[in-house]
Amino acid sequence: MFPAKLPGNGIFDEMLLADGQVREHYGSYWSWLNKRPLEEMERKRREAELLFHRVGITFAVYGESSGTERLIPFDSLPRVIPAQEWGWLENGIRQRVQALNMFLHDIYHDQNILKAGRIPPEQIFGNAHYQPCMQDVDLPNDVYAQISGVDLIRDDKGDWYVLEDNLRTPSGVSYMIENRRMMMRLFPELFSGNSVAPVDHYPSLLLETLQQGSNVSHPNVVLLTPGRYNSAYFEHAFLAQQMGIELVEGPDLFVKDSHVYMRTTAGPQQVDVIYRRIDDDYLDPLAFRQDSMLGVPGLLSVYREGNVSIANAIGTGVADDKSVYPYVPEMIRFYLDEEPMLKNVPTWQCRDASNLSYVLDHLAELVVKEVHGAGGYGMLVGPLSTKEQIAQFRDRLIARPDNYIAQPTLSLSTCPIFAESGIAPRHIDLRPFVLSGREIRMAPGGLTRVAMQEGSLVVNSSQGGGTKDTWVLEEPSC
Amino acid sequence: MLSRTAAELYWLSRYLERAENTARMLDVAWNMSLIPFSVTARDELSTPLAISGAKELYMERYGTLQVHNVLHFLTLDRDNPGSIFNSLRMARENAHAVRGKITSEMWESINTTWIELQEMSRAGLLSIGVSAFFDWVKQRSHLFRGAAYGTIMRNDAFRFLRIGTFIERADNTARILGGREQVDGSPGNTAVEFYRWNALLRSVGAFEAYREIYSDALQFENIVELLILRGEVPRSLRSCVEMLCELLPAIEGNAGLNAKRQVTVLFARLQYGDMRHIMDVGVNDYLDDFLRRINDLANTLGQEYLEVV
Repeated sequence: MFPAKLPGNGIFDEMLLADGQVREHYGSYWSWLNKRPLEEMERKRREAELLFHRVGITFAVYGESSGTERLIPFDSLPRVIPAQEWGWLENGIRQRVQALNMFLHDIYHDQNILKAGRIPPEQIFGNAHYQPCMQDVDLPNDVYAQISGVDLIRDDKGDWYVLEDNLRTPSGVSYMIENRRMMMRLFPELFSGNSVAPVDHYPSLLLETLQQGSNVSHPNVVLLTPGRYNSAYFEHAFLAQQMGIELVEGPDLFVKDSHVYMRTTAGPQQVDVIYRRIDDDYLDPLAFRQDSMLGVPGLLSVYREGNVSIANAIGTGVADDKSVYPYVPEMIRFYLDEEPMLKNVPTWQCRDASNLSYVLDHLAELVVKEVHGAGGYGMLVGPLSTKEQIAQFRDRLIARPDNYIAQPTLSLSTCPIFAESGIAPRHIDLRPFVLSGREIRMAPGGLTRVAMQEGSLVVNSSQGGGTKDTWVLEEPSC
Repeated sequence: MLSRTAAELYWLSRYLERAENTARMLDVAWNMSLIPFSVTARDELSTPLAISGAKELYMERYGTLQVHNVLHFLTLDRDNPGSIFNSLRMARENAHAVRGKITSEMWESINTTWIELQEMSRAGLLSIGVSAFFDWVKQRSHLFRGAAYGTIMRNDAFRFLRIGTFIERADNTARILGGREQVDGSPGNTAVEFYRWNALLRSVGAFEAYREIYSDALQFENIVELLILRGEVPRSLRSCVEMLCELLPAIEGNAGLNAKRQVTVLFARLQYGDMRHIMDVGVNDYLDDFLRRINDLANTLGQEYLEVV
């Protein structure tokens, strides 16, 4: 038997019960694993690394010399979610994303939720991601966030919490697909013995969703990338290829007579849907940042006329901002008249004086994040920081309290990985990818991110996080 | 196809072809430097320098033509834009920009080339072995071309890849042949002459073809005919332009009228070319004219397909 360690401190482990017994939904995998020699797993690990390198499944790291490409560490021990639990999660996510899209529609139309006093108006109008240019723009199906990536974590009881709703340009779905392909290549026998829900159809679901976002009957869909030096370029190229659509950069597109065209070898060709992987600020130098070389001059006016669709819509960031996050449960109650299924992490808003003083008194226990931050940059994890780091952060917090929120340090559940020291528990989260077209659909599971360092709670790939395959597993039907 | 995609594919194969051609010329120069006709060896060394357009940069840095300096400068030198290292780096960067438009086997081939090249660059040319390095470059080029022929759809992506290859190859063959004429006719050492023509033919991989077609001693006029007018030789000007003449009209859409006309005229000049005419005009002048025409064609291609406004 492989020795499998518990994480300790009462932390919830995905595979092991508190008494060290293997959970039922891991039983089949665990007995398979125990028939393998450890050398074989090590050999498979090296094989996977070699394949990822050769295929070039890499991401660029900002701040390092240009063109630096790194592999995201891949761990071959799957994260398993029982199908029944996934079904429940899926309903909770659907409820949340539906409310968020209704909120965006409301904010850019009648603003009923503000009139009803459920959210303070200054939270919206003072928000950097609020886009006044979207007022009264009607979108197909009233959908703003066609693609979202809802980050989920579990506390020490195994209860699920939403950590972030990524409604702008969430990335990582290519790793979800490539991780599964890698697992099937390395361990085909595992998939004949277990009924693991497939994820490979995600690109076709995505294409359908993008097409549903257009009023044109056979829309020409393109993927707009900032280019090959972007950290997620691999994913942009991957998705464009899988969907069979053009991967374009800003200079490939131009606006003429209220339509968007791309430059082709056979002349201009009209574009109907843009799946953009660049931020609002860079989309159109005439409307937003004038120094943007990535966007398309005049795009916004075509968009407002309804002659091109953009996914996600301009201005979705106002709903996934960390300072608006605390109000999502309220949105669900307001728009759907339902109680939220998924919990929110309690959040202190540092712009509020009493909240700030609590946060300053408890910095060593809390996680403090920038309101507009992403990617694990600019955050403080109190329990894992030194006194000096905390003191430095305190100064930044006092200087600009409105720029920060704080949350309790959630333990995050663990899942075993193959570490150098053998099988060891590491903290994980889960990012399911949610597609909103005429209806809301998801590929089962999502991307499981892993903090590869022992004890670390930061799973972001930019901070050395890894990934593993995520199985939604049907009960064996015997 | 997106114009930018077409441009990346075109330059991907141009850079790869350029790396292969540089390796071919240097391989011959290196072998020549091992036999005791130093004049010839220097001739062989200066041709690849001139073709890569980096002779001034080299002279600025080194002052004199030394085999080892030239070899390093044109192979693994990261600061010479015309080195094999940088040609392959550019080829891989272009491939990276269009990895969704080439097959995974093509991408993996060029990406592996780049990964191995970086290791070689750390090890240094001498520890790899000079000839072994040139063989490796040629093989990587063959492998990519094979992967392309064997896996990619016969669409515009395939066509622009091939157009890049043949433009670069025609340009290269014309320059290799053009560098030589001034020594022709000068009464000289017949052994020197033999090695000179031998090297020329080997650098374009046409030595066996010469033997088979002419079964004769190496003569300048035959070599000129072989590399300009013979359709059986894959690196002859006629072969390259014939391929271009097939490829351009096959591109989808109605763009590129000027490019199509130019390539058709150029092909007619080669298809119905006459050795007496070439010798009357003078080989160098004929080749200068050809280079001007092929570069005009490349510019027109750029305007009509690759940088459309």
